[in-house]
Amino acid sequence: MLAKAKTVPPPEVLDGMSHPMERYLRADRLPHIWCSGCGLGTVLSCFTYALDELDLDEKEVGVVSGIGCTGRAAGYLDLDSYHTTHGRAIAFATGLSVAQPDKKVVVISGDGDLFAIGGNHFIHAARRNVDMTVLCVNNFNYGMTGGQFGPTTPIGSRGTTAPYGNYENPFNLPYLAASSGAVYVARWTSLHARRLKESIEEAISIPGFTFVEAVCPCPTNYGRRNKIGDGLDELKYYAERSVIQHGADPADADLAPGNDIIVGRFLQRDRPTFLQSYEKQILDKQQFVKPQGMGKGPHRTSGATSTDGRGTT
Amino acid sequence: MADRILAGTHFLNGDEACAEGALAAGCELFAGYPITPQSEIAERISRRLPQVGGVFIQMEDEISSMAAILGAAWGGKKAMTATSGPGFSLMMENLGLGMMTETPCVVVNIQRGGPSTGLPTLVAQGDMMQARWGSHGDYGVIALAPSSPQESFELTARAFNLAETYRMPVLVMSDEVVGHMFERVVIDPDAIETVERKPPNAPPGEFKLYEPGEDLVPQGMPALGDGYRVHVTGLTHDERGYPVINAETQADLVPRLREKIARAADAILDVEETDLDDAEVVIVTYGISARTSLGALRLAQAKGLRVGMLRLRTVWPFPSKLIAEIANRVAGFVVPELNLGQMVLEVERAVCGRATVQSVPHAGGGIHNPEAIVDAIEEVFAHAR
Amino acid sequence: MATATTKRWKTKYGYLYIQDDECKGCGFCIEFCPKDVLEEADRFNAKGYYPPRPKDPEACVNCTFCELICPDFAIWSEKDEEAGDADG
Repeated sequence: MLAKAKTVPPPEVLDGMSHPMERYLRADRLPHIWCSGCGLGTVLSCFTYALDELDLDEKEVGVVSGIGCTGRAAGYLDLDSYHTTHGRAIAFATGLSVAQPDKKVVVISGDGDLFAIGGNHFIHAARRNVDMTVLCVNNFNYGMTGGQFGPTTPIGSRGTTAPYGNYENPFNLPYLAASSGAVYVARWTSLHARRLKESIEEAISIPGFTFVEAVCPCPTNYGRRNKIGDGLDELKYYAERSVIQHGADPADADLAPGNDIIVGRFLQRDRPTFLQSYEKQILDKQQFVKPQGMGKGPHRTSGATSTDGRGTT
Repeated sequence: MADRILAGTHFLNGDEACAEGALAAGCELFAGYPITPQSEIAERISRRLPQVGGVFIQMEDEISSMAAILGAAWGGKKAMTATSGPGFSLMMENLGLGMMTETPCVVVNIQRGGPSTGLPTLVAQGDMMQARWGSHGDYGVIALAPSSPQESFELTARAFNLAETYRMPVLVMSDEVVGHMFERVVIDPDAIETVERKPPNAPPGEFKLYEPGEDLVPQGMPALGDGYRVHVTGLTHDERGYPVINAETQADLVPRLREKIARAADAILDVEETDLDDAEVVIVTYGISARTSLGALRLAQAKGLRVGMLRLRTVWPFPSKLIAEIANRVAGFVVPELNLGQMVLEVERAVCGRATVQSVPHAGGGIHNPEAIVDAIEEVFAHAR
Repeated sequence: MATATTKRWKTKYGYLYIQDDECKGCGFCIEFCPKDVLEEADRFNAKGYYPPRPKDPEACVNCTFCELICPDFAIWSEKDEEAGDADG
């Protein structure tokens, strides 16, 4: 016998209600251009909630993006946002961060933009430990331009320029970030929304070059060409195959079809930032005056605890 | 504590003077990549900027150097980069971003022999057309051409002022000989004018980042953190700065990028006229070639020829109106440049057949022999008879 | 967004809000709600997608997971501070 279906009371219908995160969004630019099932909306959402959790004023944050679907994120944020050239967001952000050391500068861009054309700038900013957070949405292809393969596309996966399957080794992004000098490295999928939000909070709060990889579905291109199904199917795959390993060696965090998706907070360490080094080695030794704004940062109050402070989840 | 403005009389080369000019104008950030013959600019400014509260960053390449100065500009700073031909080519895409986003900054090119790696240590002036047309799409350019270390100081400082006034990257097209020659440079702090960045003309919420004023220039530029929450994009955008991808928005934005300069051409124009009044032939020249041309001018005049000289201190916008006007009253023009004929094309265009135009090309690697310029002058006279 | 019509349901400890016309039918909230509160509505919205609706608003504990994961800012919840919470 079927249980009696619950009758749901009808809702109130209201006008003029704003989403709680609307203060960080350019509502007149929404709905965004991203496809149904795309992970980017989730990443944007997590980002706004992270800012909210950190109680950051809209004036304090600058967002720099590159070109691609992820690059469009800058245009939806009601912050000082800079939609720059392909691959060069980190370089632009370097200038911006050094000019305004007390602000939070966040680069939001995609796998191709940051690691193909932008690869050189990524490793150097990490090496220098310039104070910025890089939030990389990794959907394993160049989505905006139709689904070409990229530097993170797994071997065997298809793309429009890899019609027989990709045969190039992909980057392991956390490994690259760690070995280049990043002081915080984490990876989550867009399914791990809460943890992604928390990692974004941590990354923003920690001075220096911090990196968060967000693995996301691209149902229209990567997902479709690789028979993953739609966005929901890909999230179910993440649910099945993700394994949280805080403190895992980034070298072991390769992503390959059929393997577990290792997620977590992989590393956090202390290194002097670019401006801290400048201050210590040059300004203090030579007794030169500090540039404007430097006294206030990048010595942010670290809202994050160290890697062992957050428990095992 | 060192001074920003290196007041006094000094013996400097053009590169060093350029660095000092930047500091005098208020440069707070330099981002660049080593390349001969720019090196002395970066080396000097790496020593001087920390002394005066600025930051020097040696970036990983010229692409990121150009991007970093744009970022620093939106962070509220006056910023500069310097390079030579190969780096100039790399900078082109982000130069376009600077033009499209109307970002004030200064880009110095100490030209050397090209194309490609060319003659790394030897002079040329082969990037003049690239300066005008180097990035894709339509936009306008302001480019200044110093002919001495003194002018390297003055015109670099002027470039910063023009950048703030017209809200764009401004180019300083120098060359290896001007960059490396040592001459007296007199720096008088009282003679230095600086143009400061205009703050937004309305409060946040009302201010429109790209709404032009009467002069077609956006009315104020906020920095990160001023509370304006701007959106800056290289995509075609409306007055709010939001991307709008259609022909109408393109028509509203892109012609204005050229028009704001064209409209101000007279104010920007900076030329030096020598003996033009009764000249029958005029040498049109710039940079180091102007120094050689001065020698040729005197040689020709000693032969009794009525020759004058028009030295371009602004090469872009090109003084077409002035040249066209002069064309009505002279027999011809002689255009010596250390390239196979670039600015001469502009002279020809402005002259429009009304007078003879004689190019004096040079593939680069050295300066003209003044006799070659005199020969060209004599040819024009011969042609005129 | 502020211009969209919002439906609001009372939950045990607060409210659940859904803006039908913002939804792009990804299905994330329905699938991953830890309390299985949501199902697809039987009517599609202005874009042709089937937005979520609660099949059991009382089961919602305002965990905000749907709110966080929704790519379109189409669903959120609000905890009524005085009403206590799932632990209290």
